[in-house]
Amino acid sequence: MPGLGTSFGRGGATTNLQDLSNADCILIEGSNMAEAHPVGFQWVMEAKRRGATVIHVDPRFTRTSAVADQHVPIRAGSDIAFLGALVNHVLSNDLDFREYVVAYTNAANVIDEDFQDTEELEGLFSGYDPEAGQYDPITWRYRPPAEMTDQERQRAEELEDEERRDQEGSRHQESHQAARSESHGSGGAPVSWKGLRDETLQHPSCVFQILKRHYARYTPEMVRDVCGIEPEQFRRVADALTRNSGRERTTAFCYAVGWTQHSVGAQMIRTASILQLLLGNIGRPGGGIMALRGHASIQGSTDIPTLFNILPGYLPMPNAAHHQSLDAWVADDEGKAGFWGNVRSYAVSLLKSYWGDAATADNDFCFDYLPRVTGDHSTYTTVKAMIEGRCKGYFVVGENPAVGSSNGKMQRLGMANLDWLVVRDLQLIESATFWKDGPEIETGELVTERIGTEVFFLPAASHVEKAGSFTQTQRMLQWRDQAVAPPGDCQSELQFYFDLGRRIRARLAGSTDERDRPLLDLAWDYPLDAEGGPEPESVLREINGTGPDGAALSAYTELRADGSTACGCWIYCGVYADEANQARRRKPHWEQDQVAAEWGWVWPANRRILYNRASAAPDGTPWSERKRYVWWDAEARRWTGADVPDFVPDRAPDFVPEEGATGPDAIGGRDPFVMQTDGKAWLFAPLGLADGPMPTHYEPAESPVRNPLYGQQSNPTRKQVRSPANPLNPSWSEVYPYVFTTYRLTEHHTAGGMSRTLPYLTELQPEPFCEVSPRLAAERGLEHLGWATIVTSRTAIEARVIVTDRLRSLRLGDRFVEQIGLPYHWGGNGITTGDSPNDLVNLTLDPNVYIQDKVGTCDIRPGRRPRGPALPAYVADYRRRAGIPEAGEET
Amino acid sequence: MADPRTFLGWPLLRQVTGADRLGRGHAARSERSDRLTPRTASADRVVDSVCPFCAVGCAQKVFVKDGEVIQIEGNPASPISRGRLCPKGSASKQLVTSPTRVTKVRYRRPYATDWEDLDRDTAIDMIADRVVETRRKYWEWEADGPDGRRRTRRTLGIASLGGATLDNEENYLMKKLYTAMGAIQIENQARI
Repeated sequence: MPGLGTSFGRGGATTNLQDLSNADCILIEGSNMAEAHPVGFQWVMEAKRRGATVIHVDPRFTRTSAVADQHVPIRAGSDIAFLGALVNHVLSNDLDFREYVVAYTNAANVIDEDFQDTEELEGLFSGYDPEAGQYDPITWRYRPPAEMTDQERQRAEELEDEERRDQEGSRHQESHQAARSESHGSGGAPVSWKGLRDETLQHPSCVFQILKRHYARYTPEMVRDVCGIEPEQFRRVADALTRNSGRERTTAFCYAVGWTQHSVGAQMIRTASILQLLLGNIGRPGGGIMALRGHASIQGSTDIPTLFNILPGYLPMPNAAHHQSLDAWVADDEGKAGFWGNVRSYAVSLLKSYWGDAATADNDFCFDYLPRVTGDHSTYTTVKAMIEGRCKGYFVVGENPAVGSSNGKMQRLGMANLDWLVVRDLQLIESATFWKDGPEIETGELVTERIGTEVFFLPAASHVEKAGSFTQTQRMLQWRDQAVAPPGDCQSELQFYFDLGRRIRARLAGSTDERDRPLLDLAWDYPLDAEGGPEPESVLREINGTGPDGAALSAYTELRADGSTACGCWIYCGVYADEANQARRRKPHWEQDQVAAEWGWVWPANRRILYNRASAAPDGTPWSERKRYVWWDAEARRWTGADVPDFVPDRAPDFVPEEGATGPDAIGGRDPFVMQTDGKAWLFAPLGLADGPMPTHYEPAESPVRNPLYGQQSNPTRKQVRSPANPLNPSWSEVYPYVFTTYRLTEHHTAGGMSRTLPYLTELQPEPFCEVSPRLAAERGLEHLGWATIVTSRTAIEARVIVTDRLRSLRLGDRFVEQIGLPYHWGGNGITTGDSPNDLVNLTLDPNVYIQDKVGTCDIRPGRRPRGPALPAYVADYRRRAGIPEAGEET
Repeated sequence: MADPRTFLGWPLLRQVTGADRLGRGHAARSERSDRLTPRTASADRVVDSVCPFCAVGCAQKVFVKDGEVIQIEGNPASPISRGRLCPKGSASKQLVTSPTRVTKVRYRRPYATDWEDLDRDTAIDMIADRVVETRRKYWEWEADGPDGRRRTRRTLGIASLGGATLDNEENYLMKKLYTAMGAIQIENQARI
């Protein structure tokens, strides 16, 4: 998400599935779309039928590759090298869409003179603190404009002060703090000024020139040595992309967790963003970046987050070090150019929807009721806290971490050390029964009678037993009606949490302890439905927001900072416009045009393609007839077209903001990226990312390959979860010589709770397996359909072997790299059972989003794994041979 | 069509003598198959829904009879899915009607070797007690920061994981309640 968020201003997919059919070329990388999103893939096939070129870049040949015009096998985790070389190809051959790049991106911005690139510092950018393992991004900033406004001058002085204090020893404020990265889901990072620009792109310190130098060594030959892709294959891809971009043609990118789940995941998405911007493909029909989310409401659960570092609408959770008042909380962003500059209205409206009448101007609208973060409180860090006995109660809600999370053993050890655990699901998943039949019970590492965790399993309502909305992959909210009542004790989360909240409040009633005020003052009254839970539409209406008269609002531009409006999630404002559930609109597609604006509701403001002002040239006319989408109607003096314009509706293309303008008033007529604090898309991120302003190739934390580009082997800011249960395989180890990568099958769903329990699906995919190349099979004596044991320093698992050309032995220079493919859905419960591949995965996290790297190294041997206590002994023997110190031996 | 009640109406005969030589059309029909109707036709109600698996968001039609789900199919009206469902979506009736689905609260005492029954009302009361107690015990008003002690107003004793297959409304209430509790280790699949 921050990959998209820092580039464009919002973290969501920039386009929609149907619009893929308008593409002239589609590059799918980090996704096996035909198998993981089969029904969405029909739009890729539609494009192909209309003559589009489809390219699939993936370690495996899959059903996506089978229908693509070109399949490019790649070494897992090397995507930045490949995409960076495409950037280099575009820049060194002058193939960029220059007019678009100059007008709509920060290519012309001149960067601070102290900035130093990875090319100068062996793989590090300037500002790296080796002790903390993090960057201070001050030297990445825009050079100030030649003539500064008063506000900018004041900011410049503040920055100089900060720098002076740094030099005096006190550490720079954590403006670069990783947890901030994710809050760019709908609002860019706050730059201090629009900055000095050289629109000839000749200034040696302008972004365009910096980018050119940064990627100069990312050549087709380098791609061959890093990714295992032949120069001829590379050139075919480069030609297809550049031939199908420009005024008349557009190329779309699709990705999924094949990009997000890496220690450089956010930067992989950044590289694609840079490439798409250089080619002029963002905000245009048939263009964009389609982020393919993996669950029914992954997008929704970040928009209205159950995430530690953000509140609804990507408002940051307050950080104890910086945010001790409402003013301080919004200070970084308030008044910046664009709609994010109105952050105070969004924040106050949220506080009003949380605490209602108790939130007043006199008490900072109850700002102090918000708990503060002090760093990383993400799920893997929390599991470590459970193991160490610091976190004692745990709700697991529609999730199965014992199978679905990486390093499953850590998950189970954590849950075995709680006081209490609540699991809410449809079936008795592995996370509910680990104390009874988990893998560690078999090995003797855990003993049921010694596990003190009190476990409550509460049965959940299914999707047809409750009404509510999912936000799917293209930011669309779609409402489900309730078909039947939940059976037995089953309840929706809505009902359960509402009830739990009522009972907690009843227990604290009358308390005079200040600690209990946020619970007692909470706005927790909802009209009830037949099951005794809150009426779901009343919650959606609260999310939408209401005005001073109590009526539903229709747009976030109506939100106010004076407490007269309430809104549970500002980016969803409008979903209940006109007192109607807009997510429940179901006008058939045959009664609408392709944009289908009356099916469901899309945030923001029902805009289907984001940044669509960029579908017109700077003067407001369409780039071409063929790619006409949204344009300026000079007569009506309004933006018009097929979609809701993602722009100030009446802002003329030649509008120049007044000096000192703030918020939406500071958006120029040629600034299509209205959530960015400078109105431009970012080729270079002066702020907002923990691991550098430009993507740089680093090897995964476990790799058989030395980084050929830099002395710096892996992401220098990666977060290693340090725990005895999370040892790391040394890179270049002969003990763990192979690469493994995990993936999904069409017939199963993530950790299997919703699929391994279904007869139809288990019949279709009855058993776990691993895929290996014929060369690897010969090297290790693996038999097709026989058993294999796969070993890392965490554990060993077994699976049936499929020997197949679908996995190619990759030639890197004078050596081969072998990759093992592992579908990850299995665990011990359900109709079909097997070892969990996620137990093999180590916890090395992306520093921006704390997502794990799904790629690692391993060994593979024929035959089944050892049973019982022999298993940990077998794994320990591998660790000893690889020279990995045992717990307690580490210094 | 020849009268199916005489031998002239036998499907094989109709196949070799009629136009449907491959036996995939009317030749394959019999008296019995002519009387068959799809089970969707017997539904009392058809309810609009959305597939709960991946994020494409295929529209579903849920067919209900006597308060039971009897079939789930794709909705052709959707501009995204146009009526299609993948194997998972097509199997979602089994997700809902699975015989192994647990519909009663299960409770495991500390150190116990098996589940026991527990009344739902009692279970939620017990959970509310645990929350209040853990919150009190692990409450933190202040923590050390780079510039000294800072107000945190939170508990690190309680965590939560889940949300990506839940509704927006559910996530909203969860985050609202947890935030008021001062619990911050609130996470979901989006990070996994």
